[in-house]
Amino acid sequence: MSILVFLEHHDDELQKGALAVLSKAAQLGDPDVAGVVIGAGVRALAGEAGKFGAAKVFVADDESLGAPLPQQRVDVIASIVRDHGYDTVLFAASVLAADVAAGLAARLDAGLNWDLVDLAQQDGALVGKRPALGDTVFVDVGWTGEPRLALFRSGTFDPAATGGTAELVDASVQLEEHSQAAKMIEQAHAESEGPDLAEADVIVAGGRGLGGPENFTLVEELAKALGGAVGATRAVVDAGWYPYSTQIGQTGKSVAPKLYIACGISGAIQHKVGMQGSGTIVAINKDPNAPIFEFCDLGVVGDLHAIVPKLTELVRERRG
Amino acid sequence: MKVAVCVKQVPEGTKRIDPGTKRLDRSGEGALNSFDAHAVEEALRIRDAAGGGEVVLVSMGPAKAADALRKALAMGADRAVLVTDDAAAGADLVGTSRVLAAVLEREAPELVLFGQQAADADGAVLWSAVAERLRRPVISQVAELTVADGTARGKRQTEFGYDVIEAPLPAVVAVSDAINEPRYPSLKGIMGAKSKPQETLVLSDLGVEAGAKTEVLALADPPPRGETRKLEDDGNAAAQIVEFLDERRLL
Ligand SMILES: Cc1cc2nc3c(=O)[nH]c(=O)nc-3n(C[C@H](O)[C@H](O)[C@H](O)COP(=O)(O)OP(=O)(O)OC[C@H]3O[C@@H](n4cnc5c(N)ncnc54)[C@H](O)[C@@H]3O)c2cc1C
Ligand SMILES: Nc1ncnc2c1ncn2[C@@H]1O[C@H](COP(=O)(O)O)[C@@H](O)[C@H]1O
Repeated sequence: MSILVFLEHHDDELQKGALAVLSKAAQLGDPDVAGVVIGAGVRALAGEAGKFGAAKVFVADDESLGAPLPQQRVDVIASIVRDHGYDTVLFAASVLAADVAAGLAARLDAGLNWDLVDLAQQDGALVGKRPALGDTVFVDVGWTGEPRLALFRSGTFDPAATGGTAELVDASVQLEEHSQAAKMIEQAHAESEGPDLAEADVIVAGGRGLGGPENFTLVEELAKALGGAVGATRAVVDAGWYPYSTQIGQTGKSVAPKLYIACGISGAIQHKVGMQGSGTIVAINKDPNAPIFEFCDLGVVGDLHAIVPKLTELVRERRG
Repeated sequence: MKVAVCVKQVPEGTKRIDPGTKRLDRSGEGALNSFDAHAVEEALRIRDAAGGGEVVLVSMGPAKAADALRKALAMGADRAVLVTDDAAAGADLVGTSRVLAAVLEREAPELVLFGQQAADADGAVLWSAVAERLRRPVISQVAELTVADGTARGKRQTEFGYDVIEAPLPAVVAVSDAINEPRYPSLKGIMGAKSKPQETLVLSDLGVEAGAKTEVLALADPPPRGETRKLEDDGNAAAQIVEFLDERRLL
């Protein structure tokens, strides 16, 4: 087996999730584990990967690769896989990595399994484990040919620094015309301002069930009464109802308060991965079949507009 | 402006994998993947803002997926193409993208829209594979889309905040479920949908094979988790929540 791991980076740092997948790959026991770092001015970063188990790191360092767009990365990785015969390419889930992995799957006609929470050798074959259908069933998945591509669910592993060094290898950069057509006009940079949700003991989170941005006051009042912070789903952040800094989930923050109260949140997997570590989860949702009822401790079927104000009042009375 | 929208029919209600075939059980009622209604809505707005053109639905699925297509036609799409073939059942990303790309190649739209994710597969990946096969630029997770002067411009969220990306048409764009509020079909729309063109194709019409490079080997129950206490609000839910929080010493 020979494994290549996509090492995503941002603001001069290799991403934790990618290093975690690299550590996992190294633990599978194969000596031929390599990373690939793609960008502009990234040579220094590439060396870092040795500490997390890469014996070799391919570096594609070119001005044309500065923006984190997926299609050029498909070009680079496809030629590494072809030239060096990697049979397995692993990715930590992210907006960029998912697009790279799927583009690569089409380019190489290769099988892609996503949302993996584990990967192991079983009787000589590589087998992935993934929760499916809203985590109601656990599936063992495989590949019927090579190369095998996989995306790991965010937050599944932690990086394990073992302290090795990696040989750096220049990767060729030959870009297809269609891969260069999309242009980054404005690139996101991590916004550090905003509440520190990671420290909060109580989080009251609001979703699209609030019905409109003005109703976030319901969530804010309850959070205030409980001495907690306010969180949001991507649906309401994308709609401009609440700031990005409060978003919880795969592309937002990961939180683990003692108490998480979800108001009008369906419980999509991408939201769940950011809050499933909470001590106690209470959900208020009017749809009895909402997925969030599968992983909360107290599930209340009802209209949040009726319940939340009353709850705030009772909590205020109770806490004086 | 000619816009194609890739839409999927997904099983309604609780979804299960058939232990025999190890495939998703599609025998029950199906519905239009709710995430795709946002893509249809966006396509209708783009067509109408351009002052004309056509919105074509493209789907692969069982014959009864035609019902889901009819819902999108009732919203205002102009016609639908459904690829349905026994040999396509069980197709994965590789197979599905090949089939959809073949239809899109024939249709040659200026813009191809996708929804945020299929509620059954939860992959949120198909657009990128299709764009690669079509050799067209792709923008994913788009929460705000502007199409003008031969360019698609999308604002989209990543782990670091919001990007703005531009791509020349023809392009592939996948939209977030926050991009718009899908319209409900009007009675007139529902009546009219029945007479809109719905084409059904088999794989040999397209000259492609579907296929899969991944497989499901085994199924298991998820690891057990603590009990969920569930209650229906009869006017006392707030008090019951306080009681529960008290029990757990969370107040
Ligand atoms: C790559 C990717 C990354 C993503 N990252 C994230 C992320 O970081 N965080 C995140 O949250 N999502 C993320 N998502 C989006 C996710 O898949 C869902 O679309 C999103 O979480 C849904 O938000 P929601 O629950 O607010 O909205 P919906 O899914 O629309 O749910 C609203 C809920 O409110 C309920 N409701 C409506 N009215 C009422 C009422 N009056 N009283 C009570 N309940 C009511 C409804 O029954 C429904 O269940 C991501 C998706 C992708 C593809
Ligand atoms: N069988 C299908 N036919 C047409 N479009 C599909 C199909 N499966 C998925 N899609 C589209 O691809 C998007 C992402 O699906 P997925 O990557 O499977 O989660 C969906 O929102 C649809 O727009």
